[in-house]
Amino acid sequence: MPMTQISLAPGSPETAALMHRAVKGRSLWDDARRRLMRNRAAVASMIVLALLVLAAVFGPMLTPFAYDEINKNDVWLAPMTGGHLLGSDALGRDLLARLLMGLRVSLSIGAVATCVSLVIGVAWGAIAGYFGGALDEAMMRIVDVLYSLPYIFFVILLMVTFGSNIILIFLAIGAVEWLTMARIVRGQTISLKEKEFIEAARAAGLSRPAIIARHIVPNLLGPVVIYVTLTIPGVILAESFLSFLGLGVQPPMASLGTLISGGAQDMELAPWLLIFPSVTMAVTLMCFNFIGDGLRDAIDPKDR
Amino acid sequence: MLRFLGRRLAVAIPTLFIVVTAAFFMMRAAPGSPFDTDRKLPPEILKNVEAKFGFDKPLVVQYGDYLAGVLHGDFGPSLKYRDKSVLEILKENYPVSLTLGLSAFTVAIVLGVSLGVIAALRQNGPADYATMGMAIVGICIPSFVTAPLLVLVFGSILGWLPVAGWDGGAPANLVMPVAVLALPQIAIISRLTRAGMIEVLRSNYVRTARAKGLSETSIVLNHALRAAILPLVSYLGPAFAGLITGSLIVEQIFNLPGLGKFFVVSALQRDYTVVMGLVICFATLILVLNLLADLLQAALDPRVRLS
Repeated sequence: MPMTQISLAPGSPETAALMHRAVKGRSLWDDARRRLMRNRAAVASMIVLALLVLAAVFGPMLTPFAYDEINKNDVWLAPMTGGHLLGSDALGRDLLARLLMGLRVSLSIGAVATCVSLVIGVAWGAIAGYFGGALDEAMMRIVDVLYSLPYIFFVILLMVTFGSNIILIFLAIGAVEWLTMARIVRGQTISLKEKEFIEAARAAGLSRPAIIARHIVPNLLGPVVIYVTLTIPGVILAESFLSFLGLGVQPPMASLGTLISGGAQDMELAPWLLIFPSVTMAVTLMCFNFIGDGLRDAIDPKDR
Repeated sequence: MLRFLGRRLAVAIPTLFIVVTAAFFMMRAAPGSPFDTDRKLPPEILKNVEAKFGFDKPLVVQYGDYLAGVLHGDFGPSLKYRDKSVLEILKENYPVSLTLGLSAFTVAIVLGVSLGVIAALRQNGPADYATMGMAIVGICIPSFVTAPLLVLVFGSILGWLPVAGWDGGAPANLVMPVAVLALPQIAIISRLTRAGMIEVLRSNYVRTARAKGLSETSIVLNHALRAAILPLVSYLGPAFAGLITGSLIVEQIFNLPGLGKFFVVSALQRDYTVVMGLVICFATLILVLNLLADLLQAALDPRVRLS
């Protein structure tokens, strides 16, 4: 009986199919992504966080009330009355609108301040790590000195002295977090520096700033991403700390911190004013923490 | 060991210097004069007042005077409480913060280590997940959320504990503030202890101890715990800093007359000298505690000493 022959001659369709499957390997990023997707808490957190971000971006435009719309007739309404889904506060402002606006403000502060600390930290750490020697010593001494300062006190000092300008908040909080980023980046840079592809780049005549920018920084991505997802909740907490003390975001603008501290004052009359913002903040922070932990487990499973 | 101490001091002393300098210059940079009152002072009197406080001297001289003053414990007069100096205010209020801080620290260590050990021994069991779940909650819910909630439940609804106030340090008044202050630290310490414990329990010498027939309790308490708490000791410095920062919120919410509350009140009242004095005070405290924590770690772990 005639058997169909699979021809393995070069150029035949079967060979091409076999070669395609054989060559398509799994990179380290693929491995990491698989491990991450298997972490249910992390995946759930990513979905929840995506929903929260969507709510923060589009929510304030979709609510029937504006976040600063004062309504003297609708004061202290319980949730689901008078058209206010989450109730209203002491000035009759809709809590849902303020909550979504607050989420937007807090997430923005988290993102911008983290970017500030990212830029400073990565630059500082990469330069110190790559150049080494006396420059490294000096730069890391400065980091050590600044690290032992109680930063929150200086942020408070800045706010008291110069007023609670939102740009100042971004810069001050960002300045708190860059130190650890610098340390992590320096450690990674030092281990990357010795690899062959850097030596090849040097041999090809690439200047040192170009090597840092084009080769070292992109390879730092793993630990930096992990640290970024763990920095954002710290920033959001720091901002809410400041708002609680009256030094952060000022009314009528809302942030999760101002909403929680306002809700804490009126806790007995209107517990919903405390509960909804607190739950939102707790959920947001937990999401970032789970994602950060998941990333850490995925990218460096030895750490577990 | 002495070289280690020397190296640490070499970092700590410039840090303190930077703190004092930054505090001084920020005070001078603050908008508005410390002598603004509702009624504008006539210029001659204003000049006399400024001369009394040394404001007419060149800035560098003022800075030198401030430094000298600080070294003698003189942080200047309070701007709001005209009859008290900053130092007097510090002395009046620090016992409260000290009691609160020490109690919270003890509770955090005892509970945190115990929970961490239990979670490690029953790894991946229900006790482990429960403890670690509580730990995540403790880290993610800020103290100014747990405090009002606890006050609502235990103070208003159940009426078991007083809602606020110090009352000379009565135990009932301490319970909630200490609980709120210690909770985030318990969370972090239990996670650290659990991780350390898990790693130690897998090591060879623990296996040998088991093979020798030692009881599990003896192994855990006498052998494993000592090695497992090393990562914890290196967290002690940040733990102190966390307790001190946390005390700002806790003292404010529970209306405890401590340094933290005073810091907040003075910051809001723009009483610059008090705020500066407190910043220097807190910074020194944190530096000293960090130094002690580093020394402890060096004493326990020779690898740190020799690195």
